[in-house]
Amino acid sequence: MNTQFRFRDDQAVADPTITVDNFGDQTNAAAVRLEPGDDARTLLPYLDRLKLVEVNYPAFTDGRGNSAARILREAGYTGELRAVGDVIVDQLPALRRSGFDSFAPSVPMITADAEAAFARWADVYQADAIGSVPIWKKRHG
Amino acid sequence: MYKYDQYDQAMVDTRVAEFRDQTRRRIDGTLSEDQFKSLRLQNGLYLQLHAYMLRVAVPYGTLSSAQMRVLGDIADKYDRGYGHFTTRQNIQYNWIKLDEAPDILADLAKVEMHAIQTSGNCIRNISSDQYAGAAADELVDPRPYAELLRQWSSFHPEFLALPRKFKIAVIASDTDRAAMRLHDIGIQIVRNAAGEIGAAFYAGGGMGRTPMIAPLINGFVPLDQLITYSEACLRVYNRYGRRDNKYKARIKILVHELGKEEYTRQVEEEFAHLLTQDIEPPLAELERIKTYFTDPAFEAGASDEVDRSDPDFALWIDRNCHAHKQAGYIIATISLKPVGGIPGDASADQMRRMADLGKQYSFDELRVTHAQNIVLPHVRKADLYTLWQQLDAAGLSTPNLDSIGDIIACPGLDYCSLANARSIPVAQKISERFAAQDKLDKIGELKLKISGCINACGHHHAGHIGILGVDRKGIENYQLSLGGCEGADTSLGTITGPGFSEDGVVDAVEKVTDLYLANKQGEERFLDTYRRIGMAPFKEALYG
Repeated sequence: MNTQFRFRDDQAVADPTITVDNFGDQTNAAAVRLEPGDDARTLLPYLDRLKLVEVNYPAFTDGRGNSAARILREAGYTGELRAVGDVIVDQLPALRRSGFDSFAPSVPMITADAEAAFARWADVYQADAIGSVPIWKKRHG
Repeated sequence: MYKYDQYDQAMVDTRVAEFRDQTRRRIDGTLSEDQFKSLRLQNGLYLQLHAYMLRVAVPYGTLSSAQMRVLGDIADKYDRGYGHFTTRQNIQYNWIKLDEAPDILADLAKVEMHAIQTSGNCIRNISSDQYAGAAADELVDPRPYAELLRQWSSFHPEFLALPRKFKIAVIASDTDRAAMRLHDIGIQIVRNAAGEIGAAFYAGGGMGRTPMIAPLINGFVPLDQLITYSEACLRVYNRYGRRDNKYKARIKILVHELGKEEYTRQVEEEFAHLLTQDIEPPLAELERIKTYFTDPAFEAGASDEVDRSDPDFALWIDRNCHAHKQAGYIIATISLKPVGGIPGDASADQMRRMADLGKQYSFDELRVTHAQNIVLPHVRKADLYTLWQQLDAAGLSTPNLDSIGDIIACPGLDYCSLANARSIPVAQKISERFAAQDKLDKIGELKLKISGCINACGHHHAGHIGILGVDRKGIENYQLSLGGCEGADTSLGTITGPGFSEDGVVDAVEKVTDLYLANKQGEERFLDTYRRIGMAPFKEALYG
């Protein structure tokens, strides 16, 4: 799957990702892939050497990856966080806000639709993983 | 009541634009029906047996007159001249055309309404006590907390693809009028020993095929941690709720399988972490919201005198009115359960009439109840007779609140694609049978609830008498249960035994009530008698 959208200026990570199970054994791996049932917190001891975390969405209706992404960002992970698999246009704003900064959908999106989706929400009600200023903060400074 | 500022308005306007775009992409084929399904559901749009159904959110059941008027206008303009008020304090329209759905959402947005997250696997509309802000027995008005939660839960990026739907209720009285402990999360606003206001959290309640009463998981969450605690509850559920079987995906199963202690432990751990993440709105936001829920301008020294010389009026007061916290005022409920009618249905004209009466007699405010009726929360007692006469002229004065005529029923097989059996005709027959026998007064409070399938939208588990429609080898069959109750003494009904035919279940209800009347002691309600004498004599009467 090709990365269709990327919100980073650094060099894309070329390392192949490995599973969480294998990651524990490979002390020098820099790219890992989370499945929906994997616990993102098992990666927390290794964040300083991780450059890419792929989070797989076998079905866009399974939102566990959103929690995984936020947990990694809350723990200070600054590397690439890529949503892969059954990722559709209408999920993009929520995925972006959960902390994903690259997107590799299994079915490429229509670029104009995706760009409209990324730009759709000028304001949001909640604090999020990309530092959006929530409406309550705008109301009260 | 709450008023949108420019931010709230922009949110619903943006949603209308987003949904218009999604509808366009569905119609041009860019979106598959499977993909569109979960998107339209999060806008309250279901595909039912005959047409699309649109469920409109009525946050915590509160409506202004202008909003109620628009609900009536939408029924005329886009539907067949009526709407159906639901057990989640919302309203549904049954005959919607897909290409008109975005226009309806646009009409709603003009009066600060929406259909956001009224279905789908997300946090649904927050429900509350229909007497909030008016009841004599409440600690505080629960609605500001519900509004805070409404904003937090709207388009929450982490919680839009949960294992299953998620329902939250907020109350602030010991008398629970919102079936709070039958919600995924139930919140009761409480005062602790130090005199501070906080929130007691109950988690893992629900109806459906596995009814559960939510256990208390935290007796006092401080108000400046309310959102953070809610987020912790949801995150544990989103990560660990079952996704292998949709019938085991609600939070009640997770809490049950982990055990209350382990679920609570995980929530507390997540909570401790989230407290470091600065996700809680400041208390100033809650205070800002509260300013919209201050008391209306009650007339000081309004008289408590009511002339009860008209016996029909006196009966309606006794059955449909409730004590108000303000001297000289009363809470009046408009029953949407006329004899032989469809529970919860109102015509466009009736909605506009109720809007007018709400404006004239109730400080511009109406409420939808989970029992599918409409409340005028702040009526001056001096106006009560005039109000009643006008309700009577509009066919809206049925005096049957909380009686066997005040039946909760889901739409059932007449509309719903999930149903196994019809609910409406059973409700109509029971209502007609008991009205004809003039037994309402003798029977007194008896909450009868009918669901047309195991999903339990008609709350049959919580009915003093519950009826569940099932499909038995292609024939509609009705199971009877007794002893369910919502409220502070929440209990789940017990099935009596083999089911009945449509007419048979009406006879069975009559046998059950006859047995109650024969055994009733003093002022006992049906539920009290049942709890005292148990199931055995009822079984004997039904099957002996």
